[in-house]
Amino acid sequence: MLILSCPFCGERDESEFVCAGPARAPRMTLAAATDDAWVDYLTAPPNPKGVVRERWWHSHGCGEWLIVERDTLTHAIHATRGARHEHD
Amino acid sequence: MQRYSFFNLLRHAATGHRSWQPAWRDRPLRQIYDVIIIGAGGHGLAAAYYLARHHGISNVAVLDMGWLGGGNIARNTVTIRSNYMRDESIPFFVKSVSLYERLTRELNFNLMFSQRGMIDVIMTPGVLRQIRRRMLAMHLYGSVYEPMSVAELRRRVPALTGGGPGSRLPIMAAMLHPTAAVCRHDAVAWGYARAADDLGVEIHQNTEVKALLRGPGGAIAGVETSRGTVSARKVIVAVSGHTSTLTETVGLRLPLQTYNLTAFVSEPVKPVVDVVVNCPDLGVYVSQSDKGELVIGGALDVGQSFRQDIKQGVFENTVAALLELFPSFRRLKLLRQWGGALDFAHDATPIVSKVDIPGLYVSAGWWGGFKAVPAGGMTLAWLAANDAPHPLIEGFGLGRFRHLDYVIETGTTSSR
Ligand SMILES: Cc1cc2nc3c(=O)[nH]c(=O)nc-3n(C[C@H](O)[C@H](O)[C@H](O)COP(=O)(O)OP(=O)(O)OC[C@H]3O[C@@H](n4cnc5c(N)ncnc54)[C@H](O)[C@@H]3O)c2cc1C
Ligand SMILES: [Zn+2]
Repeated sequence: MLILSCPFCGERDESEFVCAGPARAPRMTLAAATDDAWVDYLTAPPNPKGVVRERWWHSHGCGEWLIVERDTLTHAIHATRGARHEHD
Repeated sequence: MQRYSFFNLLRHAATGHRSWQPAWRDRPLRQIYDVIIIGAGGHGLAAAYYLARHHGISNVAVLDMGWLGGGNIARNTVTIRSNYMRDESIPFFVKSVSLYERLTRELNFNLMFSQRGMIDVIMTPGVLRQIRRRMLAMHLYGSVYEPMSVAELRRRVPALTGGGPGSRLPIMAAMLHPTAAVCRHDAVAWGYARAADDLGVEIHQNTEVKALLRGPGGAIAGVETSRGTVSARKVIVAVSGHTSTLTETVGLRLPLQTYNLTAFVSEPVKPVVDVVVNCPDLGVYVSQSDKGELVIGGALDVGQSFRQDIKQGVFENTVAALLELFPSFRRLKLLRQWGGALDFAHDATPIVSKVDIPGLYVSAGWWGGFKAVPAGGMTLAWLAANDAPHPLIEGFGLGRFRHLDYVIETGTTSSR
């Protein structure tokens, strides 16, 4: 079981959260994107043996969306922050 | 190849079983082959066998970073079924089940194939609708799903005493898939390996592929391994959850994500469940092995993962779901747990395809890919031999992503 540290609620059990999959790179401007780059953006998130960026929703807690950096080999969590503050 | 038969068993008994040949040979790694297959799992070994048997291509090396049959082929829960949803999928899986029916004889290797049927236990109208819809699609392609009453379900599976009228989710219906089967997974790997070796294919264990190599014209040229460079003009990638790791060595990104799927087994007990029981609502399925162990699987872990063990939360949820159906299993001891790293395509349909790099072929996204081994191997061999897809896998090409023309397969996600 993972322990996620919500920046607003503190350390909480994984069962309070919903994992919403990879956090995507910022949306590219359609005019600038080739077809291949657009398909890649839509369908092929990074799949490393290492750190991924994911969106988690603290649904049974404060209700905030978080960005979590988690290692796919060890499940160690390196960073958790509020998604709204991601681009600050 | 020394054939396995009752007569040969008797003959070797007379000499104390000292003169059996090994099932496959260990041979020196050469520098060049016609075809290199990366991954000695079910799909890689089956492709090797069919390349030699159907296409006369036997100058083939199968390379594996570990030992033969040490990946997901040895980690799955052996459910073989064809109750899928899409026009692109059902005929493929129907073919795979029919190949399995004849495989013990074809490979001269006892797969302990047992076509015992699978029963879906249904608790909510949403799942009932989804499964009834699948039934109609399956019937178009000769795959059978038969509605079963709850009374009949209780008669067929007496140990299933949970889900009664007073429970949180009472059982409202059931569906029988009579051609579903289980068999011995190691035997599938070993049987294909032995038959492929007999036809001249080389199998090299403990040979990790570090990178794919392209020639000056851009086409595939071979692979860089932990034991040196090996050349070939055709390379097949059949490495299950590790596909994108390998293809990214030549800059090829694929719509795949790797997840952790797990299972566990109980202590062996007397025969108690003689079908595969699957409950999509609770997210658990169970069958009983020939040894008597209950083989139990559940939902995948959330988030990408390359781990090969089970997370405590997934384990507890699966046990809770199992006990909701089978309260009497409460006293069973659990013996072993494990997990596998499986890749999942963006639309939950497998990818068996050429790519932009000439000579490179990829077989991936095999979420429930044990059942797919015979047809997957046969069509993968066809693809590499003819440089064009077999009709059964035309829907599994990478081109579908280019057109955002997904084949969203619910039959993959609601059971294994
Ligand atoms: C818990 C669990 C339950 C499952 N239950 C079912 C089920 O009931 N029914 C069903 O149909 N399917 C099931 N599956 C899925 C099925 O096991 C897989 O889809 C299938 O085995 C994958 O194909 P494979 O056999 O070729 O893969 P694998 O056996 O994993 O073969 C891939 C091989 O590639 C090798 N490899 C990887 N990277 C490299 C490299 N760089 N160099 C050299 N070699 C490499 C690995 O060592 C491995 O041996 C289950 C899987 C799991 C984990
Ligand atoms: Zn919170």
